[in-house]
Amino acid sequence: MATIAVYCRVDSGSLSRAALEALGAGRRLADKRGDRVVALVVGADVTGAAATAVQCGADAAYVVENPILAEYDGELCLSALRTAVDAAAPDVLLFGGDLAGREVAPRVGYQIGAAVVTEAVDLQVDGGDVVITRPVYGGKAMAVYSAASPKQVIVLRAKTQEPAAPDAGRSGEVHKVDWDAPAGVVAAKIVERIQETLGGVKLSDARVIVAGGRGLGGPEPFRELEELAQLLGGAVGATRAACDAGWVPPHMQVGQTGAIVAPDLYIAIGISGASQHLAGITGAKTVVAINKDPEAPIFRRATLGVVADYKAVLPALKQELAALLSR
Amino acid sequence: MQILVGIKQILDPEIPASEFKVDPATNKPVPGRAKFVMDSYSEYALEVALQFKEKNPGTKIVAVCVGDKPADEVLRKALALQVDEVVRVWEDGWDDLDAHALAQILGRVAERIGGADLALVGRQSGDAERGLVGPMLAEELKAACITLATRVEAGGDNQITVRREAGGGFVKVEIRLPAVVTVTNDDSNVLRLPKVKDIMMASRKPITVLRAADLGLDPGALAPRLRLRSLFVPELAGDCELVEGESGSEQAAGLARRLRELKVV
Repeated sequence: MATIAVYCRVDSGSLSRAALEALGAGRRLADKRGDRVVALVVGADVTGAAATAVQCGADAAYVVENPILAEYDGELCLSALRTAVDAAAPDVLLFGGDLAGREVAPRVGYQIGAAVVTEAVDLQVDGGDVVITRPVYGGKAMAVYSAASPKQVIVLRAKTQEPAAPDAGRSGEVHKVDWDAPAGVVAAKIVERIQETLGGVKLSDARVIVAGGRGLGGPEPFRELEELAQLLGGAVGATRAACDAGWVPPHMQVGQTGAIVAPDLYIAIGISGASQHLAGITGAKTVVAINKDPEAPIFRRATLGVVADYKAVLPALKQELAALLSR
Repeated sequence: MQILVGIKQILDPEIPASEFKVDPATNKPVPGRAKFVMDSYSEYALEVALQFKEKNPGTKIVAVCVGDKPADEVLRKALALQVDEVVRVWEDGWDDLDAHALAQILGRVAERIGGADLALVGRQSGDAERGLVGPMLAEELKAACITLATRVEAGGDNQITVRREAGGGFVKVEIRLPAVVTVTNDDSNVLRLPKVKDIMMASRKPITVLRAADLGLDPGALAPRLRLRSLFVPELAGDCELVEGESGSEQAAGLARRLRELKVV
């Protein structure tokens, strides 16, 4: 029986969203292959989280608990996780789409000689092999991989996996793993934090997003998008082109290399729909496109489309929606 | 202080999706009319290196590219932007290198040039989009690693401060050297344009070309750990319902009505 280990980050005593997504994916994969799932729970206060990980599908948990792990740090996380990996000796190591998936997963994979795939959106099984699908070339193509080495590390793209839900009837052993930061492993020292607020609603959590692209022609129209977003209780996003042009700050970028979002409603205004942008909204439920070019690729992703200059539509749309919402 | 900048040459990512084709026999994209260009995240990394050098005279920048002869073009661009030295590494049969192999190769190059205090690479490339080479290179160099950086400044004794993206904002962190920093896009690190005179000069500067044997690399250790089973172009649904109307306000009214009917608002 092979072992699938799931890295579980604990934030303020609870499992992170990325951990729940990875646990969900890990359990489904294990059920297809007849594998065992172990949670590698890393943090400062892990007791409750380890129990939750078991309820969320792990057959056992290995916990690394240390006050210095309260806030994520790549170097400390790598060292702590490596100790847990050695204790659990997994064949497959899963990460959710968070910072550890970005910078710790490749390093652990390198250390243990594993095949590493990032941004996985789908896991299947074929004759015992894990078959991993991920987008490449800015979302223009999908690549399907399997490992050519016995061990593998898989990093899941955020918001592509149904998060695990706890089942109070499940039980499993919890093993404590002794770990202390070795001499020479030094955490990065945080000297300044700069939080940028997006009109109160965080882009990655927003249920409604109004986004603008190159078609807006400059920074000013984003104010109108802001009004529409406020009306709908949402946030404003932008394409990489609009961010690169300096019209809006880079943290507003939605797409493969910006925020990956999954709102109920995504209104794309003056956005042509480059693959790299569409890759960031694969989880969006209803997509509305307003663009004057009927050939724009965004219309192949959209649920509802308006072929028009946004300037002719937006003011009336705000009035109509304001009227609807006040009823 | 010596900075190694990893530069990748890729198929132009601006090629429209409608023109993007895959050859099913090779599982590789068909270049068609598209050009090969410097990867945009390599450009951001290079700009961060150039800005660091401007503020810290005496810094030496070595740009390294793993690629065949046509990759000289991106190294010439780096030379035109006044990097001190460029290295191209290639060996026959290196068409399917994985990130492990690339990290090993860059690690050996760092050794060969007398060490890298700081290695800068893009957060991921615009083709394979793995985002693995930077963190794996940190393992090779036994270095600290920070991803998603937008700016790097000299810090105290043998340290740098790095501004990185974090949770919808930024943090500034101080880390020790040696370090590997992966760079993401920001309006502060858009690659500058070279001067015409420097482009001319760059064509006369040398490009060091290294092969596997020069780096003491064992071809067996570079064998890929992943097997690409297939590469395909996904279909988009294409069932968009267009909201018609004589004017923008009619279309707006129609759109609002449909959004309500679909219970979206």
